[in-house]
Formats: sequence, C-alpha cells, structure tokens
Amino acid sequence: MNVTASDMLDIIRKKGRPTVNDYIPLIFDDFFELHGDRLYGDDGAIKGGIGYFKGTPVTVIAQVKGRNLEENKASNFGMPHPEGYRKALRLARQAEKFKRPVICLIDTAGAFCGVEAEQRGQGEAIARDIMEFMTLRTPIISIILGEGGSGGALALGVCDELAMLENAIYSVISPRGFASLLWKDASREREAADIMKITASDLKKLGVCDCVIKEPGEGAHTDKEAAAAFIKEYIGAALKRKLKKGLDELLEERYNKFRVIGEFTEADKG
Amino acid sequence: MNVFSVVRKRWGSVSPEDNNAKKPDIPTDLLFKCPRCGTVSFSEEFNANGKVCVNCNYHSRLTARERLDITIDKGSLVEFDKGMLSKNPINFPGYEEKQQKLRDRTGLEDAVVTGKCRIRNREVVIIVMDSHFLMASMGSVVGEKITRAFEYATANRLPVIAFTASGGARMQEGIVSLMQMAKTSGAVARHNEAGLLYITVMTDPTTGGVTASFASLGDIIIAEPKVLIGFAGRRVIEGTIKQKLPDEFQSAEFMLENGFVDMIVDRKKMRRTLAHLLALHDSDGGGSV
Ligand SMILES: [Zn+2]
Repeated sequence: MNVTASDMLDIIRKKGRPTVNDYIPLIFDDFFELHGDRLYGDDGAIKGGIGYFKGTPVTVIAQVKGRNLEENKASNFGMPHPEGYRKALRLARQAEKFKRPVICLIDTAGAFCGVEAEQRGQGEAIARDIMEFMTLRTPIISIILGEGGSGGALALGVCDELAMLENAIYSVISPRGFASLLWKDASREREAADIMKITASDLKKLGVCDCVIKEPGEGAHTDKEAAAAFIKEYIGAALKRKLKKGLDELLEERYNKFRVIGEFTEADKG
Repeated sequence: MNVFSVVRKRWGSVSPEDNNAKKPDIPTDLLFKCPRCGTVSFSEEFNANGKVCVNCNYHSRLTARERLDITIDKGSLVEFDKGMLSKNPINFPGYEEKQQKLRDRTGLEDAVVTGKCRIRNREVVIIVMDSHFLMASMGSVVGEKITRAFEYATANRLPVIAFTASGGARMQEGIVSLMQMAKTSGAVARHNEAGLLYITVMTDPTTGGVTASFASLGDIIIAEPKVLIGFAGRRVIEGTIKQKLPDEFQSAEFMLENGFVDMIVDRKKMRRTLAHLLALHDSDGGGSV
C-alpha cells in the first residue's frame, strides 16, 4: 500500500498515537525531569531531563503533545514559548558540561504564535538554540515523532543525525498554513501536504533526514511498546556511531550536514 | 488585555487601516501612503526625505542598491556570488517562471546582495536583503550567499554588517528553505567563535525564519525606526487570540522595549553610527591605555 503525505497527516493525528509521555518511560531508565529556563519560567511544551539510555547517562529534550485535554492544557498542545527553547538550551549546555549525549524528541506543529511569545522574543530564542546547538560539544540525536513544524521544530533539530518515524512529517510550515498562505484557502491542507515533500522518504532524498524508523502495523498507535523498541534500537545505533568520533570531527560533520543543503546554479567563474 | 493598553498608550491607538479605509484609491507612483501612520505624501517629497515618512518617521523599504549607495564608501563594493540562481528543489509548480518574472522586473537575481566593501575606510563584509524580490524570503540562494559571506569574513577576519529584511521562509522551496536557517546560523556561530564582530540592522520587515535565525544573532542589533520586526505573522496571532492587534505591535520600538534590539537609528545617521561601531571594535584602534 502506498501511504501518501496526506494519509500520514491522518495517522499522526490518530487518538492514541504515542507521545513523549509514553516513550520516555519505555526508552529511558531513572528519568528525572528538570524544570525551568532560569530566566522566566517553566514551559510545559518542552519536557527536559536526565536519565539512562541502556546504562549511559543522557539528556532528553522533548516536545510534549498531550494525550488528552488536561495534558494539552499543560503543554499548550506542544507549541513552545520562548522559555521552552531557553530551557532546552540550558539543558543542552548542562549536557555538554557533563559530557552527556543529547536526545531531542520533536513533536510540534510549531512554536507558539502569540503576543507574549513575541514580547519574550520567540525569534531570538529559536535562533539562539539553532546557533548554539551547532557548536555544542557533545553528540546530539534528534528524532521527529509526529509533526515537525517549522522553526519551532528546527530549534531542536540541529543535530548529528536526524531520524523520523515512518509516518512523521517535517515541513517549513504546517500544510494548513501553507495552503492558507499560498492559496488563501486553509481547507486545501491535504493537497498542500501532498506537494510539499514532507514525508520521511522525501526528506531522505533531500538530505534532511538521515534515518527512517519503522513503525509497527498501521502506525505507532497500534503498538506503542513496539514503536518504542524501534526508537530505542535506533538511538542505540546512532549513539554508537557518534560516540566513537572525536568532538572536532563530530562538529565539522554537523556543520556540513546543514552546509550542503540548498539547490542553485552558479554563473561560470572566469 | 493589558498588554495592548500599554502599547496603545505609548504609541497611540488609531490603527491606520481604520483611519484610511474610506479614502479613494490614488495612483501609487505619485503618492506614498505610510503603512504605519497612514499619512499620504507626494513621492517626490518622500523620496527627498530618504524614503522616510515625513509625519511619523517610519523608515520605508529601500532596494539593495539604494541601501548600498547610502551606506558604503563610493565604489568600494566587491560583490560576491553574482549570477547565483535558485533551482526548484521540491518541484513547486510555477516557481521557475515566478522567479524569472521577478528577475526581469526587479533586475535582481534573488533577494540578497553580498560583498566586501569599505565604510569610512574600514573593510567589512556586507549583506543586504532586498524585499522587492519575493519579499526577501529565504531560499537556497539567500541561504548560500549569506553563509558564504560569513565564511569569507571568518577566513579573512572581517566584521559583518547585515541589513535584514524578510517575509520569512521561501515556501516554494519547502524544507530546503527551513534548512537555510540552520546553515546561516552555523556560519554565524563560527564567525562568533572566531571573536569577530557581527552587526545586524533590522529593516522593514524582518520576520519569520530570518528573525528566528541570523538576524537575531548579531553582537549588536540596530533597527530602523517604526519598521516591522517579529517572528509570527500578525494575522496568525490575531487568528489565535481572536482580537485585533494594535498597529505598533512588533515595531522596532516594541522590540527595543522588550529587550531584543540595542538601538534604533535614523537612516541619515546609520552610516556614521556603523563607522563608529566598527572603529570601537578595531583592535588596532590606536588607544593609549
Ligand atoms: Zn508615517
């Protein structure tokens, strides 16, 4: 069966699709959540903490989509404010200090768009994460679990390896936003999804996604333990690949991973 | 919401759209209508004033050439990467044609001019975005030229001055556009680690993915008066909060107030301000202490 991008939109929106609240206990041991950005507040849309991955201490930074209304209220439906991105940066620097790898779990429609978010510098907060993650001296593995929406996802997506779950999408803007921006008609969301090149296999071809993580059955919602096991297997292999590299080599490769993306022609140089 | 009442008190409460909604259409080439205060002035007068609104001091958009003319030492520009053109990475229908039309109309190849130049005889790498080309959205060419400009500056130990303007990501290039945020910010990071100066000048409008990447990463961030600066689009926010935002929301002044801009500088003082800042960072400044 050929699953299109718009089918994937349905799959990742299925009630019961596992979120980081399901995955963290299944993948990490002795997870301690750490709160706050030390500047303004604690953003429930980004959960951060430390724990063991198969015996290795790691830092986890994860975007929280709620499984019910109550969780969604606490996590603002997974749409972070600037303090969420600043918490992410604080924990990333802490990981660097203690030489812990960072595992980012991405699942957001995008950074929150609101008055307070603008006042507290949403743009600056995202920009700072992107820049500092680029030179963070510890391995970073990012995984898109469902939706990877725009700069709000990229803030946790500057990494040594980017993986996507089989049905996850990653886009410059949500398909809905794309349709309303370019065609002034948000209802053409599915059509937008199908032309935007947002699936894991599209993004692998474009050099954005490094690995596609298999989902069980019709999607992760059909067996969350199995989905977690696939993710766990991937993280283990990715960490093995990255931990054996020297930090300078790692950073050079991280820089180049993004450096080469772009398609243009050049006038012949005389 | 008390946030709005504070903003309104400070910058006045009348939105220009409300103010001018009923005025008849006027030929745009003869007259300039200020998007901030709604004042209509003769183009001649407006142009003579450096494309600044005579009533409210809103600093309107310049072309990259106009910007270079008033900023750098005459004849000092060595332009980088002329002739670089975007391909169509996600095969977006009509994108090539759209680009070609804009090239013909604007004489630009894409939305940014980069190069090496002098400002009051100090060498600097300059980046000027031009909103007349697809609202200076960031696609492959914008991302690559800015990245190369920073890499050149890092290799040659030069400061960078970037005049930013952008509607955000280039939707027609999809995810490739998003990745330019990471690419450019990576190049800024290396320039930063080399201990070199980066000055951002935010001009109208600096928004979206450009605000959320290299534009917000300057050591010193300058803005022109009354320009639009923000991350999310105003309509998106209005849709979320189901309320109309005051016109002054996301202005340069709003950003200064909230701590995201170092200073607001009038266009006529910009060149001299930049020259002073460059001098202050010159390690060979000739001080006697
Ligand atoms: Zn005005």
